[in-house]
Amino acid sequence: MATRWWRVVRAAAVAGAVALVVAGCSGGTDPGGRGSVTLLTHSSFAASPDVLAEFTARTGYEVRLVQPGDAGLALNEAILRKDAPVADVFFGIDNTFLTRAFDAGIFEPYAPPGLDLDPGVPADPQQRVTPIDRGDVCIDYDKEYFDQPGRPPAPTSFASLVDPRYEGLTVVENPATSSPGLAFLLATIAAQGDPGWKDYWRQLRANGVRVVDDWTAAYQTDFTAGGGPGDRPIVVSYGSSPPADVVYSDPPRAEPRVGVVESTCFRQYEYAGVLRGAKNQAGAKALVDFLASARFQSDMPLQMFVDPVVAGAEVPAEYRRWAVAPERPLTMTPEQIGANREEWVKEWSDIVVR
Amino acid sequence: MLRVSGARVVFGTTCAVDGVDLEVGERETVAVIGPSGCGKSTLLRAVAGLQPLDAGTVSWDGGDLSGVPPHRRGFGMVFQEYALFPHRDVAGNVAFGLRMQGVGPAERDRRVDDALELVGLGGFRERRVATLSGGEQQRVALARALVARPRLLMLDEPLGALDRVWRARLVDELPLLLAGAGTPALYVTHDHEEAFAVADRVAVMRDGRIVQSGPPAALWDRPADAWTAGFLGFGPAVDAEVRGPVLHTPWGPLAAPAGAPAGAVRLVVRPDGVAVGPGGAVEGTVTRVRFAGARAELTVVPAAGPALRAAVVAAAAPPAGAVVGCGLGPDALLCYPRPAD
Amino acid sequence: MSERAGRSGLVAAVPVAFLVVFFVWPSGHVLVRAFGAGALREVLTDPTFRRVLWFTSWQAVLSTALTFGAGLPAAYVVARYDFTGRRLFRAFVTVPFVMPTVVVAVAFLALLRPGGAFAFLGWDRGLAPMIVAQVFFNVAVVVRIVGGFWANLDVRREDAARMLGASRARVFREVTLPLLAPALVAAASIVFLFTFTSFGVVLLLSDPAHATLEVEIYRQAFAYFDLPVAAALSLVQIVVVATVLWALSRAQERSALPQRLVAADVTARRPRGRERLFVAGVIGVTTVFLALPLVALALRSVRPGGEWSASAYRALATRPATTTSVVSPGLAIRNSVLFALVATVIALVVGGCAAFAVAARSRRVGRPLDVLVMLPLGASSVTVGLGFLLTFGSPPLDLSGAWILIPIAHALIAIPFVVRAVAPALRSIDPRLRDAAAVLGASPRAVWREVDLPIVTRAFAVAAGFCAAVSLGEFGATLFLTRPEWSTVPVAIQRLLGRPGEANVSQSLALATVLMGLTVVIVLAMERVRVRHLGEL
Repeated sequence: MATRWWRVVRAAAVAGAVALVVAGCSGGTDPGGRGSVTLLTHSSFAASPDVLAEFTARTGYEVRLVQPGDAGLALNEAILRKDAPVADVFFGIDNTFLTRAFDAGIFEPYAPPGLDLDPGVPADPQQRVTPIDRGDVCIDYDKEYFDQPGRPPAPTSFASLVDPRYEGLTVVENPATSSPGLAFLLATIAAQGDPGWKDYWRQLRANGVRVVDDWTAAYQTDFTAGGGPGDRPIVVSYGSSPPADVVYSDPPRAEPRVGVVESTCFRQYEYAGVLRGAKNQAGAKALVDFLASARFQSDMPLQMFVDPVVAGAEVPAEYRRWAVAPERPLTMTPEQIGANREEWVKEWSDIVVR
Repeated sequence: MLRVSGARVVFGTTCAVDGVDLEVGERETVAVIGPSGCGKSTLLRAVAGLQPLDAGTVSWDGGDLSGVPPHRRGFGMVFQEYALFPHRDVAGNVAFGLRMQGVGPAERDRRVDDALELVGLGGFRERRVATLSGGEQQRVALARALVARPRLLMLDEPLGALDRVWRARLVDELPLLLAGAGTPALYVTHDHEEAFAVADRVAVMRDGRIVQSGPPAALWDRPADAWTAGFLGFGPAVDAEVRGPVLHTPWGPLAAPAGAPAGAVRLVVRPDGVAVGPGGAVEGTVTRVRFAGARAELTVVPAAGPALRAAVVAAAAPPAGAVVGCGLGPDALLCYPRPAD
Repeated sequence: MSERAGRSGLVAAVPVAFLVVFFVWPSGHVLVRAFGAGALREVLTDPTFRRVLWFTSWQAVLSTALTFGAGLPAAYVVARYDFTGRRLFRAFVTVPFVMPTVVVAVAFLALLRPGGAFAFLGWDRGLAPMIVAQVFFNVAVVVRIVGGFWANLDVRREDAARMLGASRARVFREVTLPLLAPALVAAASIVFLFTFTSFGVVLLLSDPAHATLEVEIYRQAFAYFDLPVAAALSLVQIVVVATVLWALSRAQERSALPQRLVAADVTARRPRGRERLFVAGVIGVTTVFLALPLVALALRSVRPGGEWSASAYRALATRPATTTSVVSPGLAIRNSVLFALVATVIALVVGGCAAFAVAARSRRVGRPLDVLVMLPLGASSVTVGLGFLLTFGSPPLDLSGAWILIPIAHALIAIPFVVRAVAPALRSIDPRLRDAAAVLGASPRAVWREVDLPIVTRAFAVAAGFCAAVSLGEFGATLFLTRPEWSTVPVAIQRLLGRPGEANVSQSLALATVLMGLTVVIVLAMERVRVRHLGEL
């Protein structure tokens, strides 16, 4: 009964089937095949396509990216699938969550041969992970806002934030849900000591600090210099936000509008490791080597807005000019973080959110 | 031909159809009449196969239709409120059965046009169903059922929603259509006049049972019992007693009709059986004159007994308040045995 | 009738199989973890979690009520009046539904903060904008589902009531509402589920004191790394949702009356006299409410630094060559459209079978299936996404390379729409139409094809529009499953917003504007599916 109706339905079904086939064919090479190595990482990972092409040219392996979301999500995926890993290399574990990954035992010990790290970069004695980059989580501020007459001067330290002149000007991220938020909390603990940090946060709360859930909400929607409808000129962000501000300015700017309060910076190191049980062990090792190589390290600053950790890496001029990286930032050992993190976050919630 | 034997349909604790026997022969139109709720629509649905029987059989030309689903019985049905497909136009509705039979588009169109002409809806092919009047919808439903050349046509109160003019027209045209197509028909209605006009045989249904069946004239001449007579519009009905040749009624003694049972009876007056004129046995006052075109219907209240109705030529109608004599001859009376209680 | 019920059992097997394989089993993988380390006990006894559950429930009820308040007038106007631009309005109403929450949050905050049109309200992040945003997203559900059904109701009953002396308000209360009940319940169940499992809106527009269950699940899973507690919360969420669905399903079944469905183009008429003002008013207010944030968004994309410029659009086209972090918008659009098409087909087929089985009134099959089909809407996307990861990533069912998982995940969310849009229409078909078709020689399958299917074409068209919209805007599960080459537009937008710089913000807004246009085009195309001889019904 070839009524018009059925012809329409049939046509749609055929079109659907064709689309399926076509799309399936163009979907790319088979996953985890002999010619590729899979990198599981967070959504902030970025590289120049020609840098990755160079890796392929050198080693013969094509890089397949799996980026399920932020660092927490990616780590969870790695841990959940540790018996049948979906990737070969994991990149994006930082010092705040290292112990968690080690406890789960997801990494295969490996160190690139001849690795020459900058002094002070903490390496894993058991070589489970390799340091790849470093960055600083700091208090950033909108220079234009504070330049205007009648406004207080730009903030210079932790103390500024609790100064009544800066009431209602700060937005921070929730340490429970945001990596920079957690880093800032750790910064206050490192600076004010335990339990001194609790008083500090009480004062912050009294001074009208706003807490949002993640960096995007804080920087893109609440920060006045972020490009969105911001209303707060002080935010927790990165030491590398100034160069990003210049590079991605629209209309283009020659100088960054974003300033950094150096004394509040907390050092973060980011690591990569070969996943235990990876299908392509050789490729994984080659990729880790490449991530630690000068070529990739020099590409990182303008792609991911982080600093290299390997000696001999060149930092692009634009980045070097504006990025802020204090000589002596605030730090904390991964073990200390691992042991106390949950309790600190819960106490923070009680003080600030309830 | 259709034969229904001992059909029984039970809903919960109610027996909607209780042991019905019925036959419809070739080229015959049988009407089933009865008050609402007597089970006639259920019977029709059972014949169509839309309602399974709890007992009994429906057979066609000797073949039992028990396992045969509705779409394979080859019957046609015109539904109460027509059940026209709202998403198809008139031509689409009428052609439906032909499509199901696999008739080709050219022949389909031809037969649809013929059917529409037949029911007087020649130019209505493209019309949307929702824009049609009741009479037009009914005729589309009829065309739809007839065009498929069913071996039996069932009609469920088809004229119920029509105005007087249409009803009168269709009551005239239907028998012609059916005879022309040679299709036997089973016609269900609560209107006995309609049934008498259309059918060759009429069956009266009450509470799931057939209480009387036969040609319309026979039915009219001798309704089976007082209830049937009442249903056919006979009345008034009163209690009376037959002693010998005399019938003792509330209006006084009257001549008993031939063959009346002796003793306590239920007396029913035939419609049009009351003769108004001089010499009438029962005297009464005219309380109401209802004008109905060429005739007038009088309501006469006698000295004793319930009011009587009589029809006269309108021109000769006495005015309200006049005293007239009503004749209740033996031909005007029906006597039924009254159960002692 | 019993024959129909028997067949419905077979037809029901299709959606049941689909849901068991792609929902129950993967979710089970995650939910079993709730039964370890006393997580379930902890969740049920901790007052914090109970407070979160309470908040989640009442804000969902409030949002649902307000959404109906906002959407019913528009549903009525769209159903009963024929005016120029009606189809466009119907398609436009679906746009907010599709928008990624992050750009909507940007738009809302732009309007609420100093300098914005609504700065006078003095609102910032908190309960009020969160609820308004939920209404904004979900108005489409009410307008399309209730409006679609309303258009087919027979006006004459209302006329009869008017003649009997009932005022307009009484007619509405006593005649229209009961007749409309199935569609109202259908729309309410969807809106309630969406607001109950609300995640993005809460994250971006609410404050930390007002968090929903879904947010808590996310936090427990990915911030505290406490998967057993997250699974336990998820289990509680599903149980609550299933209970509500069961009750709503009963209400819907009871309220369904077979009624004469009338062609929509017959019930709709051009407004006359004062009605024109009324129609214009309702359409105007609704359009303004929905368009304000969207227009704010689109404007920002062409005025990045406060000056008119198409730089954001140009950059979108050229940037992917320089970095892996941003996927080419052309690729993202192609992926989005492809996934939307495939997801729609899957959802219409599986959902159509489910609607048929649910509407066939067989109690044994109908109600449990009804609840099962709606569950994915009420399940945490964390559960579903993680479940997919765990179940389909390794042998024996290694589908990690199969992009088909993404439209399947979308279809899980879209199928409830199909059932909710189509089942009320199916239930309302006068059974005598089916009888008439059977007597005219239509086999049971032919009856379905010739009577049920065409009459529910409109409902299917509405459903198809929603399936496409759901797929275009879906973000949660897609995030878990996607590779860069499979990125969809919402994922691409999220990526852009992940790095600092005004250019990134304006490019994400530009991409969101493109998504808006895409939605209108696709939904309009779905609307236009018409079959010859079959009028719009």
